[in-house]
Amino acid sequence: MKLLIKNATLVLKDGEKKSDILLEDGKISKIAKSIDGAGIKGCKIIDGTNKHVLAGLIDMHVHLREPGFEGKEDIESGSKAAVAGGFTQICCMPNTNPVCDNAVVVTYIKHRESEVNLCKINPIGSITKGEQGEALSEIGKMKEAGAVAISDDGKSVMNSNIMRLAMEYASGFDLKCLCHCEDIDLVDGGVVNEGYNSTLCGLKGSLRAAEDIMIARDISLAESLNVPVHICHVSTYSGVEIIRSAKARGVKVTAETCPHYFTLTDDIITSFDTNTKVNPPVREEKDRLAIIEGIKDGTIDCIVTDHAPHSQKDKEVEYNLAAFGMSGLETSFALSYTNLVKNGQITLTQLANIMSANPAKVLNLQGGEIKEGAAADLTVVDLNEKWIIDGQKFLSKGKNTPFNGYEVYGKVVCTIVDGQIKYGG
Amino acid sequence: MLRRKDLLGLYDCSAEEITEILDVATEMRTFLEQDKRSSDLLKGKSLITLFYENSTRTRTSFELAAKYLGATEVNISVATSSVQKGETLIDTGKTLDAMKTDFIVIRHPMAGAPKLLAQTVKASVLNGGDGMNEHPTQALLDMLALKEKFGKIKGLKVAILGDIKHSRVAKSNLFGLTKLGAEVWMYAPQTLMPKEIEKLGAKIAKSREEAIEGADGVMGLRIQLERQHGGLFPSLSEYSKFYGVKDGLLKYAKKDAIILHPGPVNRGVELTPSLIDGKTSVIEEQVTCGVAVRMALLKLLAEYREKNL
Repeated sequence: MKLLIKNATLVLKDGEKKSDILLEDGKISKIAKSIDGAGIKGCKIIDGTNKHVLAGLIDMHVHLREPGFEGKEDIESGSKAAVAGGFTQICCMPNTNPVCDNAVVVTYIKHRESEVNLCKINPIGSITKGEQGEALSEIGKMKEAGAVAISDDGKSVMNSNIMRLAMEYASGFDLKCLCHCEDIDLVDGGVVNEGYNSTLCGLKGSLRAAEDIMIARDISLAESLNVPVHICHVSTYSGVEIIRSAKARGVKVTAETCPHYFTLTDDIITSFDTNTKVNPPVREEKDRLAIIEGIKDGTIDCIVTDHAPHSQKDKEVEYNLAAFGMSGLETSFALSYTNLVKNGQITLTQLANIMSANPAKVLNLQGGEIKEGAAADLTVVDLNEKWIIDGQKFLSKGKNTPFNGYEVYGKVVCTIVDGQIKYGG
Repeated sequence: MLRRKDLLGLYDCSAEEITEILDVATEMRTFLEQDKRSSDLLKGKSLITLFYENSTRTRTSFELAAKYLGATEVNISVATSSVQKGETLIDTGKTLDAMKTDFIVIRHPMAGAPKLLAQTVKASVLNGGDGMNEHPTQALLDMLALKEKFGKIKGLKVAILGDIKHSRVAKSNLFGLTKLGAEVWMYAPQTLMPKEIEKLGAKIAKSREEAIEGADGVMGLRIQLERQHGGLFPSLSEYSKFYGVKDGLLKYAKKDAIILHPGPVNRGVELTPSLIDGKTSVIEEQVTCGVAVRMALLKLLAEYREKNL
């Protein structure tokens, strides 16, 4: 299959460029000012006028729920949501049932990836067996089967020595630990950020320190061991500062955040809408601003969704009983574009790097760049299209979004994986 | 005129609404002194108490309030209901609605549960206490007791001492009292003081003496014994020594100050027995006020339903 996108603006690593781009045999074969499609046999032409073409977006933090929780999401529905959100590649967290703590589950996910055949799926194996925080999973075997990183996402490995051994051992396989940072003793059942709004609502709060302590611990371990580490979904201003200072002294730390942490504050919890319940919790304005600063100065490397789809019955209950998490794949690009680029905080090129090149670099994945010879993974967007978020229209089974009714800019019009149109067109 | 289907908390209520509730409650308080306490104001209406937590006075008080006004009253005991079988609050609400219930009083250990129920049902929902959020009828009865004694709320100083952090009573009192122009002072161990409560209008005292200085009302809050095991304070005797309200402290309050407590009291912990049983205590009067306030709310909500639903 041959595809030619004409008259589009390509968002390259170092800036935007008006150009045509030809895709052949799953690769980007030619980038040139003007390519004549009529002369190429069997070539489908996409009009890219007023559209931008980005290197296929990569979301390195997604919960696909399969195997085990197919009521919330499965690999097919999650993949549909991913390509609708412009993602050509996603990484799925291991907190499934059974937990992805062995090569068999990794292999199963890779098998489902090829069956579904929409976006690329990179499984993340668990750090410890059953995510119990006690014994190491078979990290080498999981890597061999296709795992790209390890994580006990959803909780921290509370035992610091187990965490040390995991980081040390995984480094021998060139695998990073993706650290969910949360001191569970300090959280002590908290469900929202501890502060004015938790007092107002009478919901049990969780201190920033519960997150920061574990960020500091995991950075400290990485520094002592001289191995790389990646910090998941940073939500606190103080966490950003811990990472910034570690980077400044040369620690091999990378970090991610999510659209809700730079878009929302905990003012939204006063509605008791359980779609606002997420872990770590959305925090206060100074945190939101610090996250944006961290994105701007490179302290935060990646934007991920932490896509956490849930069924209605998981959310239509008392706030304390509701599941944590937001369905994020289909809103991430628009929220990021609207709240970071459109208001002038960062450039579109920076956003493309944060949502594609950087995650590829963090996890050593193919992709993340538009260049001749690279895999033809591309996301075509219309930046001028204004739309209103409506969770009920999501392709994901998880309709749980706190962004219903939000007006955003930036619509994904086409998602291309290995030269094949997987969404829109 | 009460402008709401439900009474979920005092945070959303206006000063006018609270004043009206207290005015009607004053009439009901007189009604309660009659020999024959019966009225057919709510004849043909029904009230269900749905309690997910234990309660003696709130539940009984609502039941009597409904009966005195002629309503039919049924209570759902959590142990025998389908709640234990895992029915969701929303489904329980729909079931109660289908039985043509006019009022549902809910007590629930989790903040926001009454709101969730209220969004689901046509019945008027009255919050009988939800987690650490609000307990509006308790605050209203405290305010009625204060108003009876002093004739007004505006300009009063009320000191609240004890486990503020876990207390929905303290919060509802804070909202209600400050809306009507009273000052609310708080004092508690630092582990039992919620974050940024001063932004909600509370004044934080540095000592018991400062909290009680010039107060018209002194309220001790119940200390839940299980908090001690959570490490929030070292022992009951240490709590009582540094944070309990003792006889000698009352000299800092106004001469005619009253002692309040939402009950049940741990005698000798948050209040000394002599204060509980002394002349200044209005703890029993609070209970009577509780019935009056709940009668007033049922009357006002029934009027709202008549006109708007």
